[in-house]
Amino acid sequence: MNTVGTEQIVRHSNGARVAHWAVAIVFTFLFLSGLALFSPFFYWLSYVLGGGALMRFLHPMAGAALVVLFYPYAALLVGDNRWLPNDSKWVAHMGAYMRKEHPDVGETHKYNAGQKMMYWSMVPLIAVLAITGVLLWQPWFAPHFSAGARRAAGLIHSVCAFIMFVGIGIHVYAAIWTRGSIDAMIRGTVTRAWARFHHPAWERDVTGKGGR
Amino acid sequence: MALMSLDVVNQSASTSTPPQARSTLEVAKLIDISRCIGCKACQSACMEWNDLRDQVGVTEGFYTNPPDLSDQSWTLMRFNEQVIDGRLQWLILKDGCYHCQDPGCLKSCPAPGAIVQYSNGIVDFHQENCIGCGYCTAGCPFNVPRLSGKDSKAYKCTLCSDRVAVGLEPACVKACPTGAIGFGSKEEMLFQAEHRLADLVERGFARAAVYDPKGVGGTHVVLVLPHGDRPEAYGLPANPRVGPVLQAWRSGLARAAGVATMFAVLAAGILHYMRRGPLEVPPEGEQGVKP
Repeated sequence: MNTVGTEQIVRHSNGARVAHWAVAIVFTFLFLSGLALFSPFFYWLSYVLGGGALMRFLHPMAGAALVVLFYPYAALLVGDNRWLPNDSKWVAHMGAYMRKEHPDVGETHKYNAGQKMMYWSMVPLIAVLAITGVLLWQPWFAPHFSAGARRAAGLIHSVCAFIMFVGIGIHVYAAIWTRGSIDAMIRGTVTRAWARFHHPAWERDVTGKGGR
Repeated sequence: MALMSLDVVNQSASTSTPPQARSTLEVAKLIDISRCIGCKACQSACMEWNDLRDQVGVTEGFYTNPPDLSDQSWTLMRFNEQVIDGRLQWLILKDGCYHCQDPGCLKSCPAPGAIVQYSNGIVDFHQENCIGCGYCTAGCPFNVPRLSGKDSKAYKCTLCSDRVAVGLEPACVKACPTGAIGFGSKEEMLFQAEHRLADLVERGFARAAVYDPKGVGGTHVVLVLPHGDRPEAYGLPANPRVGPVLQAWRSGLARAAGVATMFAVLAAGILHYMRRGPLEVPPEGEQGVKP
């Protein structure tokens, strides 16, 4: 099995990678422009995002783009994100996993439970952000809602945005921490050793070879 | 209105403390509805002074015209039709900005300097800084600011801040033929209001009241309402206030908590990496790799 270390396995298809980075770019714009609107401490961001008025115009447009890009992408990934009995085991050992104690978390498929939690938090969060965003969207939709409804929408939108930031923050850090995953999302492939170490059940399914 | 020589004491979305050393006279407009004859001279004067021309509309079966406040109509006489003691009455409201001491519009505005409050109490919009988000329309407890369809900027009554700055009364005050609208120091206006109130009570309006709602810290447009027990009949909120939702959404505390969360995530990532290092695939045969 000398080739195990260098043999490449496709982890993310071309389409998935393009969708991922499109979502990432749109999210980055939404996050930075939302931050500028949320706190005067970050209003300076508006000067590098087109200026206040244009940035305010573009923010909901980008929000619509995120919905259009994210949900088809999420549909592509839903099959691999179903919650399995093993996943609860991963969650129970999450602390040890993060301390690199290599706990026995069972046979991980394409995504581990942490990745699945990320997935299942983003699916409703983006929906709530989109709905509350429509209530605030001037000048087309907001005038149809009462001031009270828009105040509530603004509060919920802000809270969800921060929960989303925490989620994306963990996602980005996990990608940096887990060596090989950023390369995988750029070039699409991982080594068999990487696949076997992080996602053994997936590696078996993909290669069609029993590891043992 | 940015060239006016009035002291700004409060500014939207600002991280700096505005100058507060000088104090100027707190002003107020007093509207005694019992003296209003519904002539709309105030509306015309407002259009005239501020160079505004609303669309010519169609009659909708009542006297209020145009039908609503807009970017072109900063004040509007609302002819509220009410049946009181078996008689149809007009409870006229000269609607427009009430210039709250604690303005919800200013609190909700995310654009630095788009909404300011002067030391004399006037709340003013600086359209050149406005980004068109409409948060002021959500934050206002009186439903006053209007976004323009032309330029996506918010407009409302300025209390003629440009006139007040040079010692003139607002245009509507100057035009009112019955003295229903007065202007002066807030103290003097409240004093006058008490006098008017006493008159009204004597004339049989036992429930007349002065409308200077404390929920927004008082206003700089004070009303004398003949039916003061029912401000809603005039289309006014009984207890306008900034409210807990807006406080939670736009307060400095909420902003600080949000931004602190963000930096906490960043710090947690850096600290974890420093302590544990990256998660790498161990060389074959080592612990953790299932052969």
